[in-house]
Amino acid sequence: MTTGISSFINIGERTNVTGSAMFKRLILNAEYEKALDVARQQVENGAQVIDINMDEAMLDSVEAMRTFLNLIASEPDISRVPIMIDSSKWEVIEAGLKCVQGKAIVNSISLKEGEEQFLHHAKLIKRYGAATVVMAFDEKGQADTKERKIEICQRSYKALTEKVGFPPEDIIFDPNIFAVATGIDEHNNYAVDFIEATKVIRQTCPHAHISGGLSNISFSFRGNNRVREAMHSVFLYYAIRAGMDMGIVNAGQLEVYDEIPEELKVAVEDVILNRHDEATDRLLELAPKYQGDGKAAAVEDLSWREQPVTKRLEHALVKGITDYIIEDTEEARLEAERPLHVIEGPLMDGMNVVGDLFGEGKMFLPQVVKSARVMKKAVSHLQPYIEAEKSGGSSSNGKILMATVKGDVHDIGKNIVGVVLQCNNFEVIDLGVMVPCATILQVAKDENVDMIGLSGLITPSLDEMVHVAKEMERLGLDLPLLIGGATTSKAHTAVKIEKNYHAPVAYVPNASRAVGVCQKLISKEGREKYSKELTEEYEKVRLQHARKQPRSRPVTLQDARANGFTPDFTAVPVKPKKLGVTPVSVDLGVLRKYIDWTPFFLTWSLAGKYPRILNDDVVGEQAKELFADANAMLDDIIEHGGLEAKGVMGLFPANREGDDIEIYLDESRTELAGVSHHLRQQTLKEKFANYCLADFIAEKGSGIDDYIGAFAVTAGIGEDELAQSYKDKGDDYNAIMVKAVADRLAEAFAEYLHEQVRKVYWGFAPDENFDNDALIREKYQGIRPAPGYAACPEHTEKQLIWDLLDAEAHTSMKLTESYAMWPGAAVSGWYFSHPQAKYFAVAKIQRDQLEDYAKRKGWSLEEAEKWLAPNLDD
Amino acid sequence: MTSSTQQTLLDIAAQRILILDGAMGTEIQNHKLEEADYRGEQFADWHCDVKGNNDLLVLSQPDIIYKIHCDYLAAGADIIETNTFNATTIAMADYDMESQSKEINLAAARLARKACDEFTAKTPDKPRFVAGVLGPTNRTASISPDVNDPAKRNVTFDELVEAYMESTEALLAGGADLILIETIFDTLNAKAAIFAVETVFDNMGAKVPVMISGTITDASGRTLSGQTAEAFYYSMRHAEPTSVGLNCALGPDLLRQYVDEVSQVAECLVSAHPNAGLPNEFGEYDMDAIEMSTHIKEWAESGLVNIVGGCCGSTPEHIRTIAESVAGLKPRSIREREVKMRLSGLEPFVH
Repeated sequence: MTTGISSFINIGERTNVTGSAMFKRLILNAEYEKALDVARQQVENGAQVIDINMDEAMLDSVEAMRTFLNLIASEPDISRVPIMIDSSKWEVIEAGLKCVQGKAIVNSISLKEGEEQFLHHAKLIKRYGAATVVMAFDEKGQADTKERKIEICQRSYKALTEKVGFPPEDIIFDPNIFAVATGIDEHNNYAVDFIEATKVIRQTCPHAHISGGLSNISFSFRGNNRVREAMHSVFLYYAIRAGMDMGIVNAGQLEVYDEIPEELKVAVEDVILNRHDEATDRLLELAPKYQGDGKAAAVEDLSWREQPVTKRLEHALVKGITDYIIEDTEEARLEAERPLHVIEGPLMDGMNVVGDLFGEGKMFLPQVVKSARVMKKAVSHLQPYIEAEKSGGSSSNGKILMATVKGDVHDIGKNIVGVVLQCNNFEVIDLGVMVPCATILQVAKDENVDMIGLSGLITPSLDEMVHVAKEMERLGLDLPLLIGGATTSKAHTAVKIEKNYHAPVAYVPNASRAVGVCQKLISKEGREKYSKELTEEYEKVRLQHARKQPRSRPVTLQDARANGFTPDFTAVPVKPKKLGVTPVSVDLGVLRKYIDWTPFFLTWSLAGKYPRILNDDVVGEQAKELFADANAMLDDIIEHGGLEAKGVMGLFPANREGDDIEIYLDESRTELAGVSHHLRQQTLKEKFANYCLADFIAEKGSGIDDYIGAFAVTAGIGEDELAQSYKDKGDDYNAIMVKAVADRLAEAFAEYLHEQVRKVYWGFAPDENFDNDALIREKYQGIRPAPGYAACPEHTEKQLIWDLLDAEAHTSMKLTESYAMWPGAAVSGWYFSHPQAKYFAVAKIQRDQLEDYAKRKGWSLEEAEKWLAPNLDD
Repeated sequence: MTSSTQQTLLDIAAQRILILDGAMGTEIQNHKLEEADYRGEQFADWHCDVKGNNDLLVLSQPDIIYKIHCDYLAAGADIIETNTFNATTIAMADYDMESQSKEINLAAARLARKACDEFTAKTPDKPRFVAGVLGPTNRTASISPDVNDPAKRNVTFDELVEAYMESTEALLAGGADLILIETIFDTLNAKAAIFAVETVFDNMGAKVPVMISGTITDASGRTLSGQTAEAFYYSMRHAEPTSVGLNCALGPDLLRQYVDEVSQVAECLVSAHPNAGLPNEFGEYDMDAIEMSTHIKEWAESGLVNIVGGCCGSTPEHIRTIAESVAGLKPRSIREREVKMRLSGLEPFVH
């Protein structure tokens, strides 16, 4: 039987205290973190199985094996591969088997102590669910000749398969690789014995495997790595062809067979294959010539600098390297007939490569944004020359106007889409945030754009988009309209927007889709075809939407209220330590520790949980880089300023009145500071209550004094200026990064302040002690729902928070006409302290509640319909 | 040590898709039992609260549990699960009831046995089977309870083996036809269960079929301890299980691709008992019987499964509808795979 080299399993051997002095030192000093790095490196370098050995006299080997395997279990980038538990002591092996969830390999057992012991261990290994290495070793000793190797392996195979039913495919024989060229004649045939025995064992023991420790073979040439590496690869070359299909091989100690110098190869082959008696002497004579490993130290690979300038530009764009871009662009300009040709030629070619790689999923969003930064630098270098030539008018793919609609301040997603489009040679006119409809349409006309993209994050923005579409229709525009942003959806686009406007309306779910959509819409034929597809698709969505039955049956408001939640008030609500309004300021350095990073990566379209994402197979590298960049920015901001965090919170006496919460000026509870209005779930709940946030507050007249809190925090003071300063430098990447980081800091601020409220200001949980992970998972008592989100979806209620806290005076945070908070990096909400308080989604409400809510808010029905649109059936 | 139950099961499985029962917890909740009900007479003076200890009900409210078993059998279940999800000494420690573990397992198996025997007597051509359930326990052998000390464990392999052995012995003594190791979120716990079950078999000199069912916790497609479905199967394969499959955590819509993954690699029967959808924000499961059975029917038609049932949120109504929807459909056929060494870490590795 022959086995191809491709099916050879390489077992990592650096995590072996008997084989690696460094690993031994790390384990003896209990430097497990660094020891884990050794394991990680092996997996990263391609080890398909890692061998772990703790056999060292100075160690408690059982304990070391257990600790290290338990640590590995918490490192998914290491534990993704199977483990080889390597020890000469059974108790160490057994301890190891009790720590691995995967199917591992035991290394090793043998007939050394007799068949009874051998089979006993084999049976246990099978019960623990592992494969095993079997050494060619018996009661008489280790097998050295071909015949002894074959005899012992065949005997072991028969006993294992027939007496304990050990699966033959889970048996790996190690027929002993011994050193050759030792000067002792009896050793000269050791390699040949191994290779020939391997052939026979594979033929006579079906499904079993052959493994071995490679480095033994060259033991006599310690200190001469070139010779050793040549010996390893020559030995493997023949052993693999004989059927050796696994091995403990240090890939770094392996020369490529074809690259061994001819004279060395011949000498080594003579030794390995024992071709003649002088073989060892010949190799010894030749060896000094190859002393010293002759390999260059690893330095930054600058070989790409030697390529022609167009290739260098492409490389810089794809890799996002700005270091040489000015000099390369200048060189290209001098070679080009006109400066514009540099943009239209090599730079656009490079960006097309980036676009293709991104489209194929081979590049990730942060990389593309970095490419754009390189592109911008190059273009800004060329700009003065182009101006001087006064030729103007580059031939872009098309001109796209983008804006975050009136009332909304969120623009991270829109900015990313803008950058990606620019990378694909679209000209982007970005009108920024809170852009009134009239401005959008005016600029579209003046600039003669090819299409309009609208973005928004909060629910009222959906209505504004409908409004823009209707205006476009009324004014007779014929431009395609793109819809994107967190609250937008294909259903909303189909049902509410598309039917109001005759030209194509495309919902763009994320940045990676934007380019494809724009390209289709830019050409006349493409637009017709795509427009037809869109119309059909949206018709289908509309039909589906119309057919959709409510998941659960609606109930009347009266019934929902009758099934409201009644919390347990046997423990009286804790009176806040500090009633009234308290402004809060906090160092960004403190907030940093409260950051939940997972959403940060999502902002950049990298999906995965932090910290696991940093080691993700697909996006790990990108995530690491992004994380490092974000932290560098944090360091810089904390040290040099640029962003400021300000907040305010207040705690007030309060009682429930129906679905409203009355908030009082003081403990006399006679004068109202305001009324907070809430919505109740209105679908049939059989085993649960129909929740309303008001339920968590004690009823007026119940005799129980209850309290509520409110807060508004921002970490975005200065974010727009800071982002702009990056933009001005052509650095969109960091402009987006500023906002992404500020967003995280604002959320961290909310987390931090909530903790302070629970422990200090309100003090209902003074002894709470959670780490950040537990905080992120909301393990604490009480909730902090935010107006505009699931439990209190109606945005205008933020106004009450602003009034109660005098938020604008304390923090300079503002509310827009759609009740978006400015700066964008902001969080506001209510505090509920009751232990049974929990988050829920109001979801769809019925007409009776709409009318009731309008009455409570003093609104007309139309006004109520406008603000509650997302919660009403269509 | 061949088992006649094994042969009977395989014979039936060659003909049709077998039906497993549905959720126990949801059915118990319908009775709105209070502390006193949980205690019953036997534990009236127990020194700590026992409300929520559903497994205890086999002693304190045996009629309720018996009735639920009967409801599922009447709905068409071939295999019913003993009410012992948390009955190991380890899980019983929550109620200071380690000492009751053995009794509970024994009584639970007897109750299920009685219900099965009654139904088998009525329709002898359709034998009913008692699956003695070994739950995952509330501890994990391969995940640290302390983020600051990743090498720490709050249960050892040996402790798990001891607990599972005691449960297994009692379940078999009470009349379980087979052992079902289920809702496995940490594969190492399940490896301890396998070790225990095989040790018990060895001591008895006899074997019963073993069913194994893992849990894919979320859309990552992995168990809580991080293994993919295929890697999980390779970690379990040495038990030579009668069936392997997945249950809990996800509804049938989301679980399908992982059942498919198991179905592609398994060399034994394949089981699946998903939840009735995902819990809504109140922890209720609201996928109805029709929707659930529509999914499961499609699995059957695609040849993915041999044994189907329900987990959290499913009711006798779900099981009846599922049984009707897969009646007459061809079961998945067991396939032989190339002989290879199949290892695993978190991911599979085949050589």
